[in-house]
Amino acid sequence: MLNYTIRRLLFAVPTLLVISFIIFAILDLAPSDPTGNLPLTIPAEVRAQIREALGLGQPFPIRYMKWLQQFFINEPLNMMEQWWGIQIGDSANRLRVTSWATRSPVVDLIVERMPQTLWVVGMSYVLGILIALPIGVISAYKQYSIFDQIGTFISMIGFSVPTFFTGIVLIVIFSVQLGWLPSIYDTTLQVTDWPSFWKQVKQMMMPVFVLALFNAAQIARFMRSSMLDNLNQDYVRTARAKGLREQTVVLTHVLRNSLIPVVTVIALGIPQVFGGAIITEQIFRVNGLGQLLIIGIEGADIPLVQTLTFIFAVLIVLFNLVADLLYGILDPRIRYD
Amino acid sequence: MHILKKTLLATAALALVSVGTANAASDGKRGMDGQLNILYWQAASILNPYLSGGTKDINAASMILEPLAYYDETGAMVPALAEEIPTPENGGVSDDLTSVTWKLKKGVTWSDGTPFTAKDVVFSAKYCMDPTGGCNASSNFSDVDSVEAIDDNTVKITFSVAKPFPYGPFVGTTAPIIQEAQFKDCLGAKAPTCTAANFGPIGTGPFTVTEFKANDVVVYAANDKYREEGKPAFATAVFKGGGEAAAAARSVLETGEFDYAWNLQVEPEILAQMAAAGKGTVVTSFGTSVERLMVQATNVDPALGDKRGTIEGGVHPFLNDPAVREALSRAIDRQVLVDAGYGKAGQVTCNVLPAPAVYVSTANDDCKVQDVDKANKLLDDAGWAKGSDGIRAKDGVRLSILYQTSTNGVRQGTQALIKQMWAAIGVETELKNISASVFFGGDQSSPDTFQKFFADIEMYTNNFDGTDPEKYMGSWTCKNIPSPANQWIGNNMPRYCNAEYDALVAEMGKTASIEKRAALAMKMNDMLMQARAMIPLIHRGNVSAHSNTLLGVRMNSWDSELWNVQDWTRAK
Repeated sequence: MLNYTIRRLLFAVPTLLVISFIIFAILDLAPSDPTGNLPLTIPAEVRAQIREALGLGQPFPIRYMKWLQQFFINEPLNMMEQWWGIQIGDSANRLRVTSWATRSPVVDLIVERMPQTLWVVGMSYVLGILIALPIGVISAYKQYSIFDQIGTFISMIGFSVPTFFTGIVLIVIFSVQLGWLPSIYDTTLQVTDWPSFWKQVKQMMMPVFVLALFNAAQIARFMRSSMLDNLNQDYVRTARAKGLREQTVVLTHVLRNSLIPVVTVIALGIPQVFGGAIITEQIFRVNGLGQLLIIGIEGADIPLVQTLTFIFAVLIVLFNLVADLLYGILDPRIRYD
Repeated sequence: MHILKKTLLATAALALVSVGTANAASDGKRGMDGQLNILYWQAASILNPYLSGGTKDINAASMILEPLAYYDETGAMVPALAEEIPTPENGGVSDDLTSVTWKLKKGVTWSDGTPFTAKDVVFSAKYCMDPTGGCNASSNFSDVDSVEAIDDNTVKITFSVAKPFPYGPFVGTTAPIIQEAQFKDCLGAKAPTCTAANFGPIGTGPFTVTEFKANDVVVYAANDKYREEGKPAFATAVFKGGGEAAAAARSVLETGEFDYAWNLQVEPEILAQMAAAGKGTVVTSFGTSVERLMVQATNVDPALGDKRGTIEGGVHPFLNDPAVREALSRAIDRQVLVDAGYGKAGQVTCNVLPAPAVYVSTANDDCKVQDVDKANKLLDDAGWAKGSDGIRAKDGVRLSILYQTSTNGVRQGTQALIKQMWAAIGVETELKNISASVFFGGDQSSPDTFQKFFADIEMYTNNFDGTDPEKYMGSWTCKNIPSPANQWIGNNMPRYCNAEYDALVAEMGKTASIEKRAALAMKMNDMLMQARAMIPLIHRGNVSAHSNTLLGVRMNSWDSELWNVQDWTRAK
């Protein structure tokens, strides 16, 4: 297993390099321009100067190599310096990956946004799983019962109604009509005592619910079908014939086997948590990683978009590996060595 | 795949940009009114306006940094850090119009307690004029020869040419004064490395930054060193960003969570519906923005290769006919466009120079009323006869127009309406929209930029900063025509070229008297309008909304909407 993991990690290096090159090339070829959104009152000569100051005057390979150096050497060095409080070389003049719109290091922007994204999107994922698993299990066990029908109906709604619609409906009901919940997420709120904790819960409620509904719908359907596959297997009949209690049969034997594909699906979905939820974040102004990405795309902030998408790529590669490893751990029939 | 899909949807969900603001006097104590909540649906990225031309960034910074003088809501200059506005009459502007001398207010301190002096003004000019810094306001400093401190409270700006309107540097919030002590190591190429200074500039204005999260939120506190007693009335302020215009309007007009929301380009009916909730007020102001059609004068046939869209490529096959241009303009019902897409935020106009009032011509006002019969007659008389498909043609040339603009809900609505109106006079229209960052971006390799203008008609809004139209009217001289020779740089998109017009522009550069300048500007406007180099459609205003409990808003299109935030108070 260890050998396998190391081999996969080594293979990931060239894969990620190729991915980073492709992302960079696509962004470079895209005909958007960082000065494109500036007011028209800024004349073309000034725009040319701005582009030059951003480093756009250099040829493509040099800009790519610079980014590689900044991302793979300068940023880790800087991170080490910050963690351990030491100085490595000439850190004041070391160039970090710098956003064009904010002129500040991209990694700092990402770190600043992690908390709200992980809280809101991560919480909705956890909540989604917690809701989905029991619903999936019960729906499958009592297939075609009223519970199953209702569960299917809600799943279909969660699955097919887009988040920008549910989000706005919730705002209209809970913020505009009832005035119970804030429609705008306050990212400066510090949780220090019970009242501020309650405020945080209140502002998280709507975005978390919207996303949890969507996530739960997906996972519940997976869980249900996986359970159904297993419930009709021979080993279930054997277990029942042995006289095991129904609870043991379902929760120990069937559930454990059914969870294998579901766990894989859940692991593969985790990178999306870090990717943020672009639309939901915009609607509730959570201003996490998703909103950062969309602003970067709109403003043609190439270093920002490049770094963010590359980090997503790393996470996707990583969690694919995690899913494979989990599969091996959960299912003794699968051995990688 | 998911991310991509979401991205596309979100892009579609987002819309456009522009500027504008409103007021009452405070006689209370500083900080007595608690917190002011401001919502800009585009979040502030940086608080150094010299490194960002974005309106949101300039406005967010305008609460901290001050220029020597502001433009008020009428477009008149009011002193901020200056004692008075220098003019030729008070001796502030030299007789040969090549220098201007500003007297600074005495006893002003920065928010860190150090004194504000003329050296800071000199430094701010040096900062922006450094060619490697990529300063966004450098056009404010064009033709500046030197900026010198005569003494601690006097600054002399010398120009290399005569400047009849010498108020480019340090007038308006695009070019404020920054502190030398804070930015001295941030000149030129080092500008972006000073993140701490760019995110938290020390200013002389009513507020200071306490927390800044780029592209998200700015938290301010009242500047306790602010020079005006008892101001600002708010102890803290929050400048939140994100979302889109309709949601921003909702949070002021319907939920009342925020006090002020900026740039609400929302469908007029929806905005009216929200305002009916009675929590807030929609405010508008009109600056110089005009949504106009640019009419292509040159041939854009792809077969021309490198000569496409240039003077060398020859004249346009049918838009070179004045009758066709006039008919296109007369066929448009501008009021319908206003009602459908702009509501209170738009007015019908027949000029590209719609304001200030002293510059506005009335010679072209007959375009305000649609006249389809006259348009049809013009085309009939000019020999453009309708074919079997209902489209007019002459000598094998069909009146078939490619009409492009940037991607934006309101613009696509306008396009669809104009297409119908032109169909009524036998003109076929093909519509095209291009993402704003491509259309307005200067990518040389893209055929879809507004400078290349590989279409017959293109539509967008343009305006000018401040109140002086000289530079703006200078856009349509022959040398400003974009072409491969000048890397497609230049603002003369319609490729209008007229020696007589160029002479008027040159004359305006030498004329100081405001009456004569106004007469010249009007004459230039009328020449452009009668040649129909451009077809003006809508004089666009800025729309914002404020809570009914917020007093003192004086909506301003000539400067930052937050220009008088020090005077804002909370109703008791």
